[in-house]
Amino acid sequence: MPMPVPTPPPLPIPQAPLAPARWRLSSLGFERRVALRFLREGRKQTLLIIVGVAAGVAVVAYISALIAGLQRNTLDKTLGAQAHITISPLDNAVAPPLPAASGTAVLVQTQPRVLSARTLVNWQALLPLLDAMPEVAAASPMVGGAGLALRGQAQRSIALAGVDLDRYDRIVNLRSKVVAGQARLAAGEAIIGRDLASDLGVQVGDRITISTATVATGAAAAVNSDSVRITALVDLGVRELNRRTVLVPLRTAQSLVGLPGGATQIDLTLFDVWQADQLAPAMAQRWQLKVESWQQTNASLVSALNAQSVSTTLIRAVVMVVVVLGIASVLVVSVVQKRREIGILRAMGATQGQVLRVFLLQGAIVGALGSALGVLLAVVLIYLFTTLVRGSDGLPLFAITLAPGLALRIAAVATVCGVLAAVAPARSAAKLDPAQAIRM
Amino acid sequence: MDLTASDLPTPGAAALLLQLRDIRKSYNLGLPNEAEVLHGIDLELAAGEFVALIGPSGSGKSTLLNIIGLLERPTAGSYRLGGQEVVGLNDADTTRLRGRALGFVFQFHHLLPAFTALENVTLPALMREGHVSDAQRKRAKDVLAAVGLQQALDKRPGELSGGMQQRVAIARALVLSPPLVLADEPTGNLDTASSQEVFALMRRMHAELRTSFLIVTHDPRLAGQCDRTVELVDGRVAGDRGR
Repeated sequence: MPMPVPTPPPLPIPQAPLAPARWRLSSLGFERRVALRFLREGRKQTLLIIVGVAAGVAVVAYISALIAGLQRNTLDKTLGAQAHITISPLDNAVAPPLPAASGTAVLVQTQPRVLSARTLVNWQALLPLLDAMPEVAAASPMVGGAGLALRGQAQRSIALAGVDLDRYDRIVNLRSKVVAGQARLAAGEAIIGRDLASDLGVQVGDRITISTATVATGAAAAVNSDSVRITALVDLGVRELNRRTVLVPLRTAQSLVGLPGGATQIDLTLFDVWQADQLAPAMAQRWQLKVESWQQTNASLVSALNAQSVSTTLIRAVVMVVVVLGIASVLVVSVVQKRREIGILRAMGATQGQVLRVFLLQGAIVGALGSALGVLLAVVLIYLFTTLVRGSDGLPLFAITLAPGLALRIAAVATVCGVLAAVAPARSAAKLDPAQAIRM
Repeated sequence: MDLTASDLPTPGAAALLLQLRDIRKSYNLGLPNEAEVLHGIDLELAAGEFVALIGPSGSGKSTLLNIIGLLERPTAGSYRLGGQEVVGLNDADTTRLRGRALGFVFQFHHLLPAFTALENVTLPALMREGHVSDAQRKRAKDVLAAVGLQQALDKRPGELSGGMQQRVAIARALVLSPPLVLADEPTGNLDTASSQEVFALMRRMHAELRTSFLIVTHDPRLAGQCDRTVELVDGRVAGDRGR
């Protein structure tokens, strides 16, 4: 005889059949519930893999921020003391001889000619054109030459540069580099490097004599000299520059170098430093002048920066691959562990697509949670770096910040990686034969 | 193809529920160790029947139940469920039909361990609709109350006894009122008292809902309490008593 079930109330029978099955792709209610529950069930595994993803994301974000900061710092330091583009006259070339008659072998040996300082032809007309270019932030003409600085018995060889102070300031930000005195360049005044001042034993307000030797074509060497008063000492960040730099007004330099009304080069600052490479050849073509970008004059720096970028990309890629493999391996194990549950779900009417999405969603959730945690971790690492690692002067070595855009991009990539990592396990789960899965 | 619930006979009507014609099933098809386990099964089930499927181990009971449950495909033959030929349907249609027309009770691993009793019973609705409506939740609670588990709604399967777990599984199989419930050794894992209790519950649900039951069992005493007994021997129907 059947034993009675303890006091069961009568079961109401639904009169109308339940709503027919309908495909709703928008609400992943079932998939979300099951995915979250599966993840919560495998607590330790889930936690481990989220921490793993977080560590990966933190490394990628931290390295990216660090390298970006380092490169920005290097560029600022390098480009802070030099022009982005330098325009100068073409080198003198020896005109080729008339073409020899055919059948004649010609052996040519030319020696580069020794050149005196030469001016940019028509630089006064070129300057407004450069000023008008939208890419150009500042243009500054310069007269450069070699000479000697004399003070009593002391004499030092110098690099003489005649500049328009306001224009030159916009190229190298000279006023911020003044360590003594006030940047001012009226007639008869000069700004000199800090180390040159100590070599000569002079201070702001003292006078020095500058002398240059010029060789006019067909004439004997002439010595020009002028006495200037020092208005400021500057620290250009490089010792050699600090020992040799003497800045004087354009006119003073023109007469000292023997190029009245001339300029030996024009320096340009661009709004976007990376445009220099494309802009320089176009300018050279257009005006038939020698135009050099900072990338050309700092080729080794550029290749170092590129090497850094390449290795950063490599590190990022490797870390992301590790993250993908980590998520994938955990999900593969999870699929094996959950064979029976998958079989039951399939028997109850879960479609292959639903099972597939349950596991893809798990990958996405793990990726997203890990990313969020990883970005937080990176922020902490960056904070520690900027507060704990300091230079000898007690200031942070350089500023590194994690741009929100970069953080979002890294998090998005990691989440997509999570989904990608889940593809193979999800497919194997969806393909499980329900009858077999239940029997096991 | 699009099959709606109205195509299926409603529980209680004495219509033909399913019809198997010359169903054959071979494993390892085309391999040297190919083996036919079902040799042409003919079987009809009317709506509202309570049938035991018995037979010795290896007679093909479970395979036949899996074919009827749309979990396996026959190698040959015809299977009409609610007047509709289901051999040759694609996976998506088969799955949809399975979810709507059939309830399952298994011997082991019946429930999802991560979900509470109530959640296990609302899963079929969640699977179909993407969410659980208040009406569906109430229906699930009613069914759980009907199987005597109103006190255990929020318990996980691990916190329930074997008999209670099986009652949750029966509630889950019945919650969407399918015309047919398939049970594979539903009491095979239970002590005598619990298995009697679970069996009685299925009989009562059958009486109240007129849902058809097809129960695979080893237990001759339980088989004896069914209205009809189909015996399978070596992949053939060897007996059909009580029609």
